[in-house]
Amino acid sequence: MNIKENIKTLVIKKPLKLDCGKTINNFPLAYETYGSLNKNKDNAILVFHALTGDQFVTGINPVTKKDGWWSYAVGPNKSIDTNKYFVICANVIGGCMGSFGPSHKNPDTNKIYGTDFPVITINDMVNAQVNLLDHFEIKKLFSVVGGSMGGMQVLQFISNYPDKANTVVPIACTSNHSAQNIAFNELGRQAIASDHNWSDGKYLSNNTLPDKGLSVARMAAHITYLSKKGLQEKFGRKLQERDALKFGFDADFQIESYLRYQGSVFVDRFDANSYLYITRAMDYFDLVKQFDGNLSNAFKKTKAKFFIISFTSDWLYPTQENKDIVIALNAIGADVGFVEIKSDKGHDSFLLDVPDFLKTLKNFLDKSYSER
Amino acid sequence: MKTEYKIIVDLIEEKTRVLDVGCDDGTLMESLKKDKNVDARGIEISKDKVQICVSKGLTVIEGNAELDLKQFPNDSFDYVVLGQTLQAFVNPEIVIKELLRVGKKAIITIPNFGHWKVRLNLLIKGTMPITESLPNDWYNTPNIHMCTIKDFVKFSKIINFKIFKSLALTNKNISKITNSNLFYKNLFAELGIFLIEK
Repeated sequence: MNIKENIKTLVIKKPLKLDCGKTINNFPLAYETYGSLNKNKDNAILVFHALTGDQFVTGINPVTKKDGWWSYAVGPNKSIDTNKYFVICANVIGGCMGSFGPSHKNPDTNKIYGTDFPVITINDMVNAQVNLLDHFEIKKLFSVVGGSMGGMQVLQFISNYPDKANTVVPIACTSNHSAQNIAFNELGRQAIASDHNWSDGKYLSNNTLPDKGLSVARMAAHITYLSKKGLQEKFGRKLQERDALKFGFDADFQIESYLRYQGSVFVDRFDANSYLYITRAMDYFDLVKQFDGNLSNAFKKTKAKFFIISFTSDWLYPTQENKDIVIALNAIGADVGFVEIKSDKGHDSFLLDVPDFLKTLKNFLDKSYSER
Repeated sequence: MKTEYKIIVDLIEEKTRVLDVGCDDGTLMESLKKDKNVDARGIEISKDKVQICVSKGLTVIEGNAELDLKQFPNDSFDYVVLGQTLQAFVNPEIVIKELLRVGKKAIITIPNFGHWKVRLNLLIKGTMPITESLPNDWYNTPNIHMCTIKDFVKFSKIINFKIFKSLALTNKNISKITNSNLFYKNLFAELGIFLIEK
Protein backbone atom coordinates (compact mmCIF):
# COMPACT_ATOMS: atom_id res chain seq x y z
CA MET A 1 0.00 0.00 0.00
CA ASN A 2 1.27 3.46 -0.83
CA ILE A 3 1.19 6.06 1.87
CA LYS A 4 0.17 9.27 0.18
CA GLU A 5 1.86 12.56 0.81
CA ASN A 6 -1.16 14.22 2.44
CA ILE A 7 -0.67 12.45 5.73
CA LYS A 8 0.30 14.66 8.65
CA THR A 9 3.00 13.11 10.76
CA LEU A 10 4.52 13.97 14.09
CA VAL A 11 7.94 12.47 14.69
CA ILE A 12 8.17 11.52 18.32
CA LYS A 13 11.71 12.02 19.54
CA LYS A 14 11.06 11.15 23.17
CA PRO A 15 11.91 7.48 23.80
CA LEU A 16 8.88 5.29 24.46
CA LYS A 17 9.41 2.17 26.51
CA LEU A 18 7.03 -0.47 25.20
CA ASP A 19 5.36 -3.10 27.38
CA CYS A 20 7.37 -5.79 25.58
CA GLY A 21 10.54 -4.24 27.01
CA LYS A 22 11.88 -2.62 23.85
CA THR A 23 12.29 1.15 23.59
CA ILE A 24 11.43 3.07 20.44
CA ASN A 25 12.28 6.66 19.56
CA ASN A 26 12.19 9.00 16.59
CA PHE A 27 9.12 7.19 15.35
CA PRO A 28 6.32 8.67 13.23
CA LEU A 29 2.77 9.16 14.49
CA ALA A 30 0.32 10.00 11.71
CA TYR A 31 -2.67 12.10 12.70
CA GLU A 32 -5.47 14.28 11.38
CA THR A 33 -7.43 17.15 12.93
CA TYR A 34 -10.87 18.63 12.31
CA GLY A 35 -12.30 21.94 13.50
CA SER A 36 -10.10 24.46 15.26
CA LEU A 37 -8.50 24.76 18.65
CA ASN A 38 -9.91 27.69 20.63
CA LYS A 39 -7.85 30.30 22.47
CA ASN A 40 -8.12 28.60 25.84
CA LYS A 41 -7.23 25.30 24.20
CA ASP A 42 -10.01 23.62 26.11
CA ASN A 43 -12.19 22.35 23.25
CA ALA A 44 -10.07 19.43 22.08
CA ILE A 45 -11.40 15.91 21.74
CA LEU A 46 -9.03 13.03 21.17
CA VAL A 47 -10.82 10.32 19.20
CA PHE A 48 -9.34 6.82 19.23
CA HIS A 49 -9.99 4.54 16.28
CA ALA A 50 -10.94 0.86 16.29
CA LEU A 51 -9.07 -2.13 14.85
CA THR A 52 -9.29 -1.25 11.18
CA GLY A 53 -9.84 2.50 11.47
CA ASP A 54 -7.35 5.27 10.90
CA GLN A 55 -6.84 8.96 11.58
CA PHE A 56 -9.29 10.00 8.85
CA VAL A 57 -12.36 10.17 11.05
CA THR A 58 -14.68 12.13 8.79
CA GLY A 59 -14.92 13.72 5.37
CA ILE A 60 -13.26 11.92 2.48
CA ASN A 61 -10.32 9.76 3.42
CA PRO A 62 -7.55 11.05 1.09
CA VAL A 63 -6.00 7.60 0.77
CA THR A 64 -9.04 5.36 0.25
CA LYS A 65 -11.19 8.14 -1.29
CA LYS A 66 -14.09 6.85 0.79
CA ASP A 67 -16.01 8.45 3.66
CA GLY A 68 -14.14 8.59 6.95
CA TRP A 69 -15.01 5.76 9.34
CA TRP A 70 -16.99 7.96 11.75
CA SER A 71 -18.65 10.33 9.29
CA TYR A 72 -22.03 9.78 10.95
CA ALA A 73 -20.80 11.01 14.32
CA VAL A 74 -18.10 13.58 13.54
CA GLY A 75 -18.50 16.77 11.52
CA PRO A 76 -20.18 20.18 11.55
CA ASN A 77 -23.30 20.07 13.79
CA LYS A 78 -22.93 16.32 14.28
CA SER A 79 -22.57 14.44 17.58
CA ILE A 80 -18.94 15.47 17.82
CA ASP A 81 -19.49 18.92 16.39
CA THR A 82 -16.42 20.17 14.54
CA ASN A 83 -17.85 23.70 14.57
CA LYS A 84 -17.40 23.57 18.30
CA TYR A 85 -14.65 21.08 19.04
CA PHE A 86 -11.12 20.49 17.84
CA VAL A 87 -11.00 16.81 16.98
CA ILE A 88 -7.68 15.00 16.89
CA CYS A 89 -7.23 11.41 15.81
CA ALA A 90 -4.01 9.49 15.36
CA ASN A 91 -3.31 6.26 13.55
CA VAL A 92 -2.31 3.75 16.24
CA ILE A 93 1.28 2.56 16.32
CA GLY A 94 1.37 -0.84 14.70
CA GLY A 95 -1.10 0.52 12.13
CA CYS A 96 -0.68 1.07 8.42
CA MET A 97 -1.81 4.64 7.72
CA GLY A 98 1.50 6.36 8.36
CA SER A 99 2.21 5.63 12.01
CA PHE A 100 5.15 3.50 13.05
CA GLY A 101 4.21 -0.03 12.02
CA PRO A 102 5.37 -3.39 10.68
CA SER A 103 5.45 -2.13 7.06
CA HIS A 104 8.14 0.42 7.99
CA LYS A 105 11.82 -0.11 7.42
CA ASN A 106 13.99 -1.03 10.38
CA PRO A 107 16.79 1.60 10.28
CA ASP A 108 19.24 -0.86 11.85
CA THR A 109 18.87 -3.53 9.18
CA ASN A 110 17.39 -1.42 6.38
CA LYS A 111 14.79 -4.16 5.93
CA ILE A 112 11.03 -3.95 6.35
CA TYR A 113 10.15 -4.96 9.90
CA GLY A 114 7.40 -7.47 9.18
CA THR A 115 7.10 -9.69 12.23
CA ASP A 116 10.36 -8.28 13.62
CA PHE A 117 8.30 -5.28 14.61
CA PRO A 118 7.91 -5.19 18.41
CA VAL A 119 4.60 -6.43 19.79
CA ILE A 120 2.67 -3.37 20.90
CA THR A 121 -0.15 -2.97 23.41
CA ILE A 122 -3.11 -0.65 23.95
CA ASN A 123 -0.99 0.98 26.66
CA ASP A 124 1.81 1.63 24.13
CA MET A 125 -0.70 3.11 21.69
CA VAL A 126 -2.00 5.72 24.14
CA ASN A 127 1.47 6.49 25.47
CA ALA A 128 2.48 7.32 21.90
CA GLN A 129 -0.62 9.44 21.27
CA VAL A 130 -0.36 11.52 24.44
CA ASN A 131 2.54 13.28 22.71
CA LEU A 132 -0.05 15.00 20.51
CA LEU A 133 -1.17 17.01 23.54
CA ASP A 134 2.30 18.52 23.92
CA HIS A 135 2.45 19.11 20.19
CA PHE A 136 -0.75 21.20 20.30
CA GLU A 137 0.10 22.63 23.75
CA ILE A 138 -3.13 21.25 25.16
CA LYS A 139 -3.02 20.84 28.93
CA LYS A 140 -6.32 19.07 29.26
CA LEU A 141 -8.58 17.57 26.63
CA PHE A 142 -12.28 18.28 26.82
CA SER A 143 -12.94 14.65 26.02
CA VAL A 144 -11.52 11.29 25.03
CA VAL A 145 -13.93 9.26 22.90
CA GLY A 146 -13.74 5.93 21.13
CA GLY A 147 -15.63 2.77 20.30
CA SER A 148 -14.50 -0.85 20.38
CA MET A 149 -10.68 -0.86 20.49
CA GLY A 150 -11.00 2.93 20.58
CA GLY A 151 -12.94 2.51 23.83
CA MET A 152 -10.14 0.38 25.26
CA GLN A 153 -7.71 3.19 24.46
CA VAL A 154 -10.07 5.67 26.14
CA LEU A 155 -10.02 3.59 29.34
CA GLN A 156 -6.25 3.14 29.23
CA PHE A 157 -5.71 6.83 28.51
CA ILE A 158 -7.66 8.09 31.51
CA SER A 159 -6.04 5.48 33.70
CA ASN A 160 -2.55 6.57 32.60
CA TYR A 161 -3.32 10.30 32.49
CA PRO A 162 -6.09 10.94 35.03
CA ASP A 163 -5.83 14.75 34.77
CA LYS A 164 -5.71 15.00 31.01
CA ALA A 165 -9.42 14.85 30.13
CA ASN A 166 -12.63 16.36 31.50
CA THR A 167 -14.95 13.77 30.03
CA VAL A 168 -14.45 10.15 29.07
CA VAL A 169 -16.67 8.28 26.61
CA PRO A 170 -15.90 4.58 26.10
CA ILE A 171 -18.37 3.06 23.64
CA ALA A 172 -19.14 -0.63 22.98
CA CYS A 173 -15.96 -1.87 24.61
CA THR A 174 -14.58 -3.95 27.44
CA SER A 175 -11.94 -3.78 30.13
CA ASN A 176 -10.44 -7.06 28.92
CA HIS A 177 -10.85 -9.42 26.01
CA SER A 178 -12.95 -12.51 26.64
CA ALA A 179 -11.88 -15.97 25.45
CA GLN A 180 -14.43 -15.56 22.64
CA ASN A 181 -12.86 -12.23 21.56
CA ILE A 182 -9.38 -13.79 21.55
CA ALA A 183 -10.72 -16.80 19.64
CA PHE A 184 -12.12 -14.67 16.83
CA ASN A 185 -8.90 -12.68 16.59
CA GLU A 186 -6.87 -15.88 16.47
CA LEU A 187 -9.06 -17.12 13.63
CA GLY A 188 -8.19 -13.96 11.69
CA ARG A 189 -4.50 -14.26 12.41
CA GLN A 190 -4.41 -17.90 11.39
CA ALA A 191 -6.22 -17.09 8.15
CA ILE A 192 -3.45 -14.62 7.33
CA ALA A 193 -0.62 -16.88 8.46
CA SER A 194 -1.94 -19.80 6.41
CA ASP A 195 -1.88 -17.76 3.20
CA HIS A 196 1.25 -18.94 1.38
CA ASN A 197 1.92 -15.37 0.28
CA TRP A 198 2.29 -14.22 3.86
CA SER A 199 5.80 -15.80 3.88
CA ASP A 200 6.28 -15.50 7.64
CA GLY A 201 5.48 -11.81 7.40
CA LYS A 202 8.11 -11.02 4.75
CA TYR A 203 5.63 -10.51 1.94
CA LEU A 204 6.51 -6.84 1.32
CA SER A 205 10.12 -7.75 0.58
CA ASN A 206 8.91 -10.60 -1.65
CA ASN A 207 6.38 -8.40 -3.44
CA THR A 208 3.56 -10.84 -2.77
CA LEU A 209 0.50 -9.97 -0.71
CA PRO A 210 -1.47 -12.38 1.51
CA ASP A 211 -4.72 -10.96 0.16
CA LYS A 212 -6.66 -14.20 0.46
CA GLY A 213 -5.78 -14.72 4.10
CA LEU A 214 -6.43 -11.10 5.03
CA SER A 215 -9.75 -11.11 3.25
CA VAL A 216 -10.91 -14.27 5.04
CA ALA A 217 -9.83 -12.67 8.33
CA ARG A 218 -11.96 -9.65 7.49
CA MET A 219 -14.94 -11.78 6.46
CA ALA A 220 -14.91 -13.68 9.74
CA ALA A 221 -14.49 -10.51 11.79
CA HIS A 222 -17.20 -8.73 9.86
CA ILE A 223 -19.76 -11.34 10.96
CA THR A 224 -18.92 -10.55 14.58
CA TYR A 225 -19.67 -6.87 14.00
CA LEU A 226 -23.27 -7.55 12.93
CA SER A 227 -26.21 -9.16 14.68
CA LYS A 228 -28.05 -12.29 13.65
CA LYS A 229 -31.27 -10.32 13.36
CA GLY A 230 -29.61 -7.58 11.31
CA LEU A 231 -28.11 -10.10 8.90
CA GLN A 232 -31.39 -11.99 8.60
CA GLU A 233 -33.34 -8.84 7.82
CA LYS A 234 -30.83 -7.54 5.30
CA PHE A 235 -29.97 -10.79 3.51
CA GLY A 236 -32.08 -13.67 4.75
CA ARG A 237 -31.67 -16.47 2.21
CA LYS A 238 -31.83 -14.11 -0.77
CA LEU A 239 -29.89 -15.26 -3.81
CA GLN A 240 -27.22 -13.23 -5.54
CA GLU A 241 -28.23 -12.24 -9.10
CA ARG A 242 -29.74 -15.65 -9.82
CA ASP A 243 -33.14 -17.30 -9.61
CA ALA A 244 -32.09 -20.69 -8.34
CA LEU A 245 -29.23 -22.42 -6.57
CA LYS A 246 -26.37 -23.31 -8.92
CA PHE A 247 -25.22 -26.45 -7.11
CA GLY A 248 -21.66 -25.20 -6.88
CA PHE A 249 -19.47 -23.09 -4.66
CA ASP A 250 -19.84 -19.66 -6.18
CA ALA A 251 -21.61 -17.08 -4.11
CA ASP A 252 -25.19 -18.26 -4.44
CA PHE A 253 -26.43 -16.27 -1.46
CA GLN A 254 -26.31 -12.51 -1.13
CA ILE A 255 -24.62 -12.78 2.25
CA GLU A 256 -21.76 -14.73 0.66
CA SER A 257 -21.31 -12.16 -2.03
CA TYR A 258 -21.49 -9.35 0.54
CA LEU A 259 -18.81 -10.90 2.75
CA ARG A 260 -16.54 -11.58 -0.24
CA TYR A 261 -16.89 -7.96 -1.26
CA GLN A 262 -16.11 -6.77 2.27
CA GLY A 263 -13.00 -8.95 2.26
CA SER A 264 -11.84 -7.81 -1.15
CA VAL A 265 -12.12 -4.07 -0.48
CA PHE A 266 -10.40 -4.46 2.87
CA VAL A 267 -7.18 -5.83 1.43
CA ASP A 268 -6.78 -2.70 -0.67
CA ARG A 269 -6.54 -0.52 2.40
CA PHE A 270 -5.07 -2.67 5.14
CA ASP A 271 -1.76 -4.33 5.85
CA ALA A 272 -1.88 -7.98 6.93
CA ASN A 273 0.93 -7.66 9.49
CA SER A 274 -0.77 -4.61 11.03
CA TYR A 275 -3.85 -6.78 11.40
CA LEU A 276 -1.78 -9.30 13.36
CA TYR A 277 -0.21 -6.68 15.58
CA ILE A 278 -3.36 -4.74 16.37
CA THR A 279 -5.48 -7.81 17.13
CA ARG A 280 -2.68 -8.98 19.42
CA ALA A 281 -2.77 -5.64 21.24
CA MET A 282 -6.52 -6.07 21.77
CA ASP A 283 -6.08 -9.60 23.09
CA TYR A 284 -3.37 -8.52 25.51
CA PHE A 285 -5.51 -5.67 26.84
CA ASP A 286 -6.51 -6.39 30.43
CA LEU A 287 -7.08 -3.31 32.54
CA VAL A 288 -8.38 -5.49 35.38
CA LYS A 289 -5.11 -7.40 35.56
CA GLN A 290 -3.09 -4.19 35.28
CA PHE A 291 -4.70 -3.16 38.55
CA ASP A 292 -4.34 -6.47 40.34
CA GLY A 293 -7.88 -7.64 39.77
CA ASN A 294 -9.62 -4.43 40.84
CA LEU A 295 -10.80 -2.36 37.89
CA SER A 296 -11.90 0.49 40.18
CA ASN A 297 -8.27 1.22 40.95
CA ALA A 298 -7.68 2.09 37.28
CA PHE A 299 -9.90 5.16 37.77
CA LYS A 300 -9.17 6.15 41.37
CA LYS A 301 -7.02 9.14 40.46
CA THR A 302 -9.35 10.79 37.97
CA LYS A 303 -12.13 13.30 38.54
CA ALA A 304 -13.33 13.04 34.96
CA LYS A 305 -16.96 12.57 34.06
CA PHE A 306 -17.62 9.21 32.40
CA PHE A 307 -20.38 8.28 30.00
CA ILE A 308 -20.56 4.68 28.86
CA ILE A 309 -22.64 3.50 25.93
CA SER A 310 -23.44 -0.06 24.84
CA PHE A 311 -25.81 -1.56 22.26
CA THR A 312 -28.52 -4.19 22.75
CA SER A 313 -27.46 -6.36 19.79
CA ASP A 314 -23.69 -6.13 20.33
CA TRP A 315 -22.55 -9.66 21.15
CA LEU A 316 -18.85 -8.93 20.62
CA TYR A 317 -18.64 -6.48 23.52
CA PRO A 318 -22.00 -7.08 25.18
CA THR A 319 -23.74 -4.70 27.55
CA GLN A 320 -22.66 -6.65 30.62
CA GLU A 321 -18.97 -6.07 29.80
CA ASN A 322 -19.63 -2.34 29.43
CA LYS A 323 -21.63 -2.39 32.62
CA ASP A 324 -18.74 -3.95 34.51
CA ILE A 325 -16.89 -0.70 33.86
CA VAL A 326 -19.88 1.27 35.19
CA ILE A 327 -19.93 -0.92 38.31
CA ALA A 328 -16.20 -0.40 38.89
CA LEU A 329 -16.70 3.37 38.61
CA ASN A 330 -19.73 3.45 40.91
CA ALA A 331 -17.77 1.46 43.47
CA ILE A 332 -15.47 4.47 43.89
CA GLY A 333 -18.17 7.12 43.63
CA ALA A 334 -17.00 8.32 40.21
CA ASP A 335 -19.24 10.50 38.07
CA VAL A 336 -20.59 7.95 35.61
CA GLY A 337 -23.61 7.81 33.34
CA PHE A 338 -24.60 4.78 31.31
CA VAL A 339 -27.11 3.90 28.61
CA GLU A 340 -27.70 0.84 26.48
CA ILE A 341 -28.93 1.93 23.05
CA LYS A 342 -31.52 -0.21 21.30
CA SER A 343 -30.22 -1.24 17.88
CA ASP A 344 -30.27 -4.30 15.61
CA LYS A 345 -27.00 -3.32 13.97
CA GLY A 346 -24.72 -5.26 16.29
CA HIS A 347 -21.30 -4.09 17.41
CA ASP A 348 -21.05 -1.86 14.33
CA SER A 349 -23.94 0.26 15.69
CA PHE A 350 -21.52 2.91 16.90
CA LEU A 351 -20.24 3.45 13.35
CA LEU A 352 -23.65 3.55 11.69
CA ASP A 353 -26.66 5.81 11.47
CA VAL A 354 -28.27 4.98 14.82
CA PRO A 355 -30.15 8.18 15.70
CA ASP A 356 -30.63 7.42 19.43
CA PHE A 357 -26.91 6.84 19.80
CA LEU A 358 -25.87 9.90 17.81
CA LYS A 359 -28.31 12.12 19.70
CA THR A 360 -27.28 10.80 23.12
CA LEU A 361 -23.58 11.25 22.38
CA LYS A 362 -24.19 14.80 21.18
CA ASN A 363 -26.33 15.66 24.20
CA PHE A 364 -23.74 14.35 26.62
CA LEU A 365 -20.84 16.21 25.01
CA ASP A 366 -22.62 19.50 24.38
CA LYS A 367 -24.19 19.64 27.83
CA SER A 368 -20.91 18.76 29.55
CA TYR A 369 -19.09 21.35 27.44
CA SER A 370 -21.54 24.13 28.35
CA GLU A 371 -21.30 23.22 32.06
CA ARG A 372 -17.54 22.78 32.20
CA MET B 1 -43.20 20.85 39.78
CA LYS B 2 -45.13 18.19 41.67
CA THR B 3 -45.78 19.00 45.34
CA GLU B 4 -44.21 15.66 46.16
CA TYR B 5 -40.91 16.80 44.66
CA LYS B 6 -41.04 20.11 46.54
CA ILE B 7 -41.39 18.25 49.81
CA ILE B 8 -38.46 15.99 48.96
CA VAL B 9 -36.28 18.97 48.01
CA ASP B 10 -37.13 20.56 51.37
CA LEU B 11 -36.14 17.42 53.25
CA ILE B 12 -32.67 17.31 51.69
CA GLU B 13 -29.80 19.34 53.07
CA GLU B 14 -27.56 21.43 50.84
CA LYS B 15 -24.40 20.14 49.19
CA THR B 16 -25.10 16.51 49.92
CA ARG B 17 -24.78 13.43 47.70
CA VAL B 18 -28.13 12.08 46.56
CA LEU B 19 -29.11 8.99 44.57
CA ASP B 20 -32.54 9.13 42.94
CA VAL B 21 -33.72 5.57 42.35
CA GLY B 22 -36.14 5.55 39.45
CA CYS B 23 -35.30 9.15 38.59
CA ASP B 24 -37.75 9.31 35.66
CA ASP B 25 -37.01 12.33 33.42
CA GLY B 26 -34.72 13.88 36.03
CA THR B 27 -37.08 16.65 37.19
CA LEU B 28 -36.32 16.04 40.86
CA MET B 29 -32.58 15.74 40.23
CA GLU B 30 -32.58 19.03 38.35
CA SER B 31 -34.20 20.95 41.17
CA LEU B 32 -31.95 19.27 43.74
CA LYS B 33 -28.94 20.45 41.74
CA LYS B 34 -30.34 23.93 41.27
CA ASP B 35 -31.90 24.61 44.68
CA LYS B 36 -29.72 22.59 47.00
CA ASN B 37 -26.42 22.35 45.14
CA VAL B 38 -26.62 18.62 45.47
CA ASP B 39 -24.32 16.08 43.78
CA ALA B 40 -27.16 14.08 42.24
CA ARG B 41 -27.03 10.66 40.60
CA GLY B 42 -29.89 8.67 39.14
CA ILE B 43 -30.88 5.14 38.21
CA GLU B 44 -33.63 4.74 35.65
CA ILE B 45 -34.98 1.64 33.95
CA SER B 46 -36.37 3.31 30.82
CA LYS B 47 -33.90 3.98 27.99
CA ASP B 48 -35.92 6.94 26.76
CA LYS B 49 -35.95 8.56 30.18
CA VAL B 50 -32.20 8.01 30.58
CA GLN B 51 -31.67 9.78 27.27
CA ILE B 52 -33.82 12.70 28.45
CA CYS B 53 -31.73 12.89 31.63
CA VAL B 54 -28.50 12.90 29.60
CA SER B 55 -29.82 15.76 27.50
CA LYS B 56 -30.32 17.69 30.75
CA GLY B 57 -26.71 17.06 31.76
CA LEU B 58 -27.66 14.69 34.57
CA THR B 59 -25.55 11.72 35.63
CA VAL B 60 -27.84 8.75 35.23
CA ILE B 61 -27.23 5.06 34.71
CA GLU B 62 -29.71 2.81 32.99
CA GLY B 63 -30.55 0.08 35.43
CA ASN B 64 -32.90 -1.73 37.71
CA ALA B 65 -32.97 -0.81 41.41
CA GLU B 66 -33.31 -4.42 42.52
CA LEU B 67 -30.18 -5.46 40.61
CA ASP B 68 -28.10 -2.33 40.38
CA LEU B 69 -28.04 -0.91 43.90
CA LYS B 70 -25.56 -3.69 44.70
CA GLN B 71 -22.74 -1.89 42.90
CA PHE B 72 -22.73 1.06 45.29
CA PRO B 73 -20.58 0.81 48.42
CA ASN B 74 -22.01 1.30 51.93
CA ASP B 75 -22.95 4.87 52.84
CA SER B 76 -21.96 6.22 49.42
CA PHE B 77 -24.84 8.72 49.48
CA ASP B 78 -26.26 11.04 52.11
CA TYR B 79 -29.76 10.39 50.81
CA VAL B 80 -31.32 7.80 48.56
CA VAL B 81 -34.73 8.73 47.16
CA LEU B 82 -37.34 6.16 46.13
CA GLY B 83 -40.46 7.86 44.79
CA GLN B 84 -43.68 5.84 44.58
CA THR B 85 -42.06 2.59 43.48
CA LEU B 86 -41.59 0.56 46.66
CA GLN B 87 -44.87 -1.21 45.92
CA ALA B 88 -43.56 -2.40 42.54
CA PHE B 89 -40.66 -4.46 43.90
CA VAL B 90 -40.67 -8.20 44.38
CA ASN B 91 -39.08 -7.84 47.79
CA PRO B 92 -39.64 -4.42 49.45
CA GLU B 93 -37.75 -5.52 52.57
CA ILE B 94 -34.54 -6.14 50.62
CA VAL B 95 -34.98 -2.89 48.71
CA ILE B 96 -35.36 -0.82 51.91
CA LYS B 97 -32.34 -2.52 53.43
CA GLU B 98 -30.34 -1.81 50.26
CA LEU B 99 -31.44 1.84 50.26
CA LEU B 100 -30.27 2.19 53.85
CA ARG B 101 -27.01 0.43 53.13
CA VAL B 102 -26.16 2.65 50.16
CA GLY B 103 -27.50 5.83 51.76
CA LYS B 104 -27.15 7.22 55.25
CA LYS B 105 -30.78 8.23 54.99
CA ALA B 106 -33.57 7.32 52.60
CA ILE B 107 -36.66 9.17 51.48
CA ILE B 108 -39.49 6.88 50.46
CA THR B 109 -42.86 7.99 49.15
CA ILE B 110 -45.81 5.63 48.94
CA PRO B 111 -49.21 5.99 47.31
CA ASN B 112 -51.58 5.39 50.23
CA PHE B 113 -53.80 2.35 49.67
CA GLY B 114 -55.65 3.26 52.85
CA HIS B 115 -57.16 6.39 51.26
CA TRP B 116 -60.94 6.52 51.67
CA LYS B 117 -61.59 6.51 47.94
CA VAL B 118 -59.64 3.28 47.59
CA ARG B 119 -61.51 1.76 50.50
CA LEU B 120 -64.88 2.91 49.19
CA ASN B 121 -64.06 1.69 45.70
CA LEU B 122 -63.49 -1.83 46.97
CA LEU B 123 -66.42 -1.70 49.40
CA ILE B 124 -69.03 -0.45 46.94
CA LYS B 125 -67.85 -1.82 43.61
CA GLY B 126 -66.27 -4.95 44.95
CA THR B 127 -63.48 -4.72 42.35
CA MET B 128 -59.81 -3.81 42.74
CA PRO B 129 -59.60 -0.04 43.17
CA ILE B 130 -58.58 2.15 40.25
CA THR B 131 -57.69 5.75 41.10
CA GLU B 132 -55.76 8.66 39.55
CA SER B 133 -52.48 7.60 41.11
CA LEU B 134 -53.20 3.87 40.64
CA PRO B 135 -54.66 3.72 37.13
CA ASN B 136 -53.99 0.05 36.28
CA ASP B 137 -56.19 -3.02 36.45
CA TRP B 138 -55.23 -5.78 38.86
CA TYR B 139 -53.90 -7.94 36.02
CA ASN B 140 -51.58 -5.38 34.47
CA THR B 141 -50.48 -3.27 37.41
CA PRO B 142 -46.76 -3.08 38.18
CA ASN B 143 -47.81 -2.46 41.80
CA ILE B 144 -47.67 -5.89 43.33
CA HIS B 145 -47.10 -4.86 46.95
CA MET B 146 -49.50 -2.01 47.71
CA CYS B 147 -49.53 -0.78 51.27
CA THR B 148 -51.15 1.88 53.42
CA ILE B 149 -49.44 4.56 55.49
CA LYS B 150 -50.29 2.51 58.55
CA ASP B 151 -48.77 -0.61 56.98
CA PHE B 152 -45.55 1.26 56.26
CA VAL B 153 -45.30 2.51 59.86
CA LYS B 154 -45.88 -1.05 61.05
CA PHE B 155 -43.28 -2.34 58.58
CA SER B 156 -40.66 -0.05 60.14
CA LYS B 157 -41.06 -1.95 63.40
CA ILE B 158 -41.05 -5.36 61.74
CA ILE B 159 -37.89 -4.91 59.71
CA ASN B 160 -36.39 -2.42 62.13
CA PHE B 161 -35.71 0.97 60.58
CA LYS B 162 -36.32 4.38 62.10
CA ILE B 163 -38.84 6.80 60.67
CA PHE B 164 -37.32 10.22 61.18
CA LYS B 165 -40.01 12.30 59.58
CA SER B 166 -43.37 11.29 58.21
CA LEU B 167 -45.48 13.61 56.12
CA ALA B 168 -48.85 13.25 54.50
CA LEU B 169 -49.91 14.84 51.24
CA THR B 170 -53.63 15.58 51.04
CA ASN B 171 -55.00 17.76 48.23
CA LYS B 172 -51.58 19.39 47.78
CA ASN B 173 -51.46 20.19 51.51
CA ILE B 174 -48.62 18.87 53.59
CA SER B 175 -49.09 17.77 57.18
CA LYS B 176 -47.20 15.79 59.76
CA ILE B 177 -48.18 12.25 60.57
CA THR B 178 -48.12 11.49 64.29
CA ASN B 179 -49.14 8.50 66.36
CA SER B 180 -52.33 10.29 67.37
CA ASN B 181 -53.48 11.32 63.88
CA LEU B 182 -52.34 8.17 62.08
CA PHE B 183 -55.91 6.88 61.76
CA TYR B 184 -57.08 10.06 59.96
CA LYS B 185 -53.97 10.51 57.80
CA ASN B 186 -54.27 6.91 56.72
CA LEU B 187 -57.81 7.63 55.63
CA PHE B 188 -57.33 11.01 53.93
CA ALA B 189 -53.74 11.28 52.64
CA GLU B 190 -53.03 10.37 49.02
CA LEU B 191 -49.33 10.03 49.59
CA GLY B 192 -47.04 9.28 52.52
CA ILE B 193 -43.51 10.71 52.52
CA PHE B 194 -41.00 9.20 54.94
CA LEU B 195 -37.47 10.13 55.86
CA ILE B 196 -35.95 6.99 57.29
CA GLU B 197 -32.70 5.81 58.84
CA LYS B 198 -31.15 2.49 59.87
